Amino acid sequence: MPKAIIGAASLVLAAVLVAPACGGDERSIILATTTSVQDSGLLDVLVPAFEERSGYEVKVIAVGSGAALAMAERGDADAVFVHSPAAEQRLVDAGHLVEGALVMANDFVIVGPAADPAGVGEATSLADALRRIASTGPFVSRGDESGTHAKELELWRTAGIDPGEVRLREETGQGMGATLNVANEKRAYTLTDRATFLVLRDELDLEVLFAGDPALANPYHAYVVNPDRHPKVRAEGAREFVRFLTSAEAQRLIGEFGKERFGSPLFRPAGLATGR
Amino acid sequence: MELWEGVVEAVRMVARADPYLRDVALRTLLVSGSATLLAMAVGVPLGYLLARARFPGRTVVLTAVHTGMGLPPVIAGLVIFLLFVRSGPFGGLGLIYTPQAMVIAQFVIALPMVVGFTAAAVASLPVEFSELLAMLGAGPLRTMWLTVREARLGLLAAVMAGFGAVISEVGASMTVGGNLAGSTRVLTTAIVLEASRGEHARAIALGVILLALALAVNFILTSFQQRRGA
Repeated sequence: MPKAIIGAASLVLAAVLVAPACGGDERSIILATTTSVQDSGLLDVLVPAFEERSGYEVKVIAVGSGAALAMAERGDADAVFVHSPAAEQRLVDAGHLVEGALVMANDFVIVGPAADPAGVGEATSLADALRRIASTGPFVSRGDESGTHAKELELWRTAGIDPGEVRLREETGQGMGATLNVANEKRAYTLTDRATFLVLRDELDLEVLFAGDPALANPYHAYVVNPDRHPKVRAEGAREFVRFLTSAEAQRLIGEFGKERFGSPLFRPAGLATGR
Repeated sequence: MELWEGVVEAVRMVARADPYLRDVALRTLLVSGSATLLAMAVGVPLGYLLARARFPGRTVVLTAVHTGMGLPPVIAGLVIFLLFVRSGPFGGLGLIYTPQAMVIAQFVIALPMVVGFTAAAVASLPVEFSELLAMLGAGPLRTMWLTVREARLGLLAAVMAGFGAVISEVGASMTVGGNLAGSTRVLTTAIVLEASRGEHARAIALGVILLALALAVNFILTSFQQRRGA
């Protein structure tokens, strides 16, 4: 038996060492992106359409926006598709991201248990809603440096609330889906993008309690990682992908995505979206 | 009840030979099988040496191997990721987010298992056995071969432990593979994706199938062990 094992293993080893020569082909790009566009299923629609049209293969790495931008900063991705405008701007200023484009938007909403012990549903303003949550709790935060987490921290700061002072605030360090599940189990409030909430709504006893403030806008931008800063970046393919996202075809796909399954589109294409 | 729905869905997927499922299940077997074979090829001789050779620091190495058996897969994955990511020292190989990178990461996870179990199996044979072989004129390689053959029951335990560890791990596969549909998505990473999408029944179904695969592989190995051991 061991002889057979050694034979088979050397074959495998040879395959492992030889294959990358063909595997690292020029017609593939790495897209670092946020979990919401993968978990909602949007990329399952957009990526095949792009691949068929361009002949490029897209390797989608779905992490939080923070992690996706960190990949761009090291040149480990060719394109990013994220929703963390302030962090994006920092990388644009530092020269890591170029050729940005607004692709689509939706909005953040504050969700919580239907019983709504803090009375968030009666809040007269966003700041009022946040103050009510801060004094009552519990609140579940992403805590993972994602775009949603960044937005949450920004909202507390704008309302003059120290996140550390929010009563019974906990951080999951996980994606939006997992965090909504935690909030559901703990009958807690949380901040979520509308798309992920709509996708998971049937599984949850949470309701949208506050929405509509301009500060809750959630724009998604796509960028090419700057090839001048990171020579290994495959800028051609990345550029074509970003251009595709803003094309009429992709914008139509985005506008229709989710209509059938969730009753309303999950994202507004940039043609209709309000900017940052 | 989503648990029950999951089991029903698993049966349904198998019954209609779901192409997505076949693709993911085959890749799971291929990646984890290759990693286990590689770990055997390297780990069995190492385990034998650790059991039989006497050298300073042997206890330290053995302790390290035994600790490595508890290495969190996500750490193994992170190390391989940092080595092979584009900006890493081996980034030029273009291995990141490929099945090959997953094989390497799983190899690192399985290796301590195989070394540890092999060393234990060989150590349980009397030292005189190897000495006798040497006296009968067997060279060191032949002695190793015959000793390891004699310890084959323990070796099968090594295969099962190594294979079981890598087919069920998710952290390393996710980090170095990226869970790309059609190229690096294996059963465990597919389960994570379905769960985060709220598709709990599908996630359970894939879990049932993963267990069934592991069961089949272990059944074959165990019957082999029983037959040869009798």
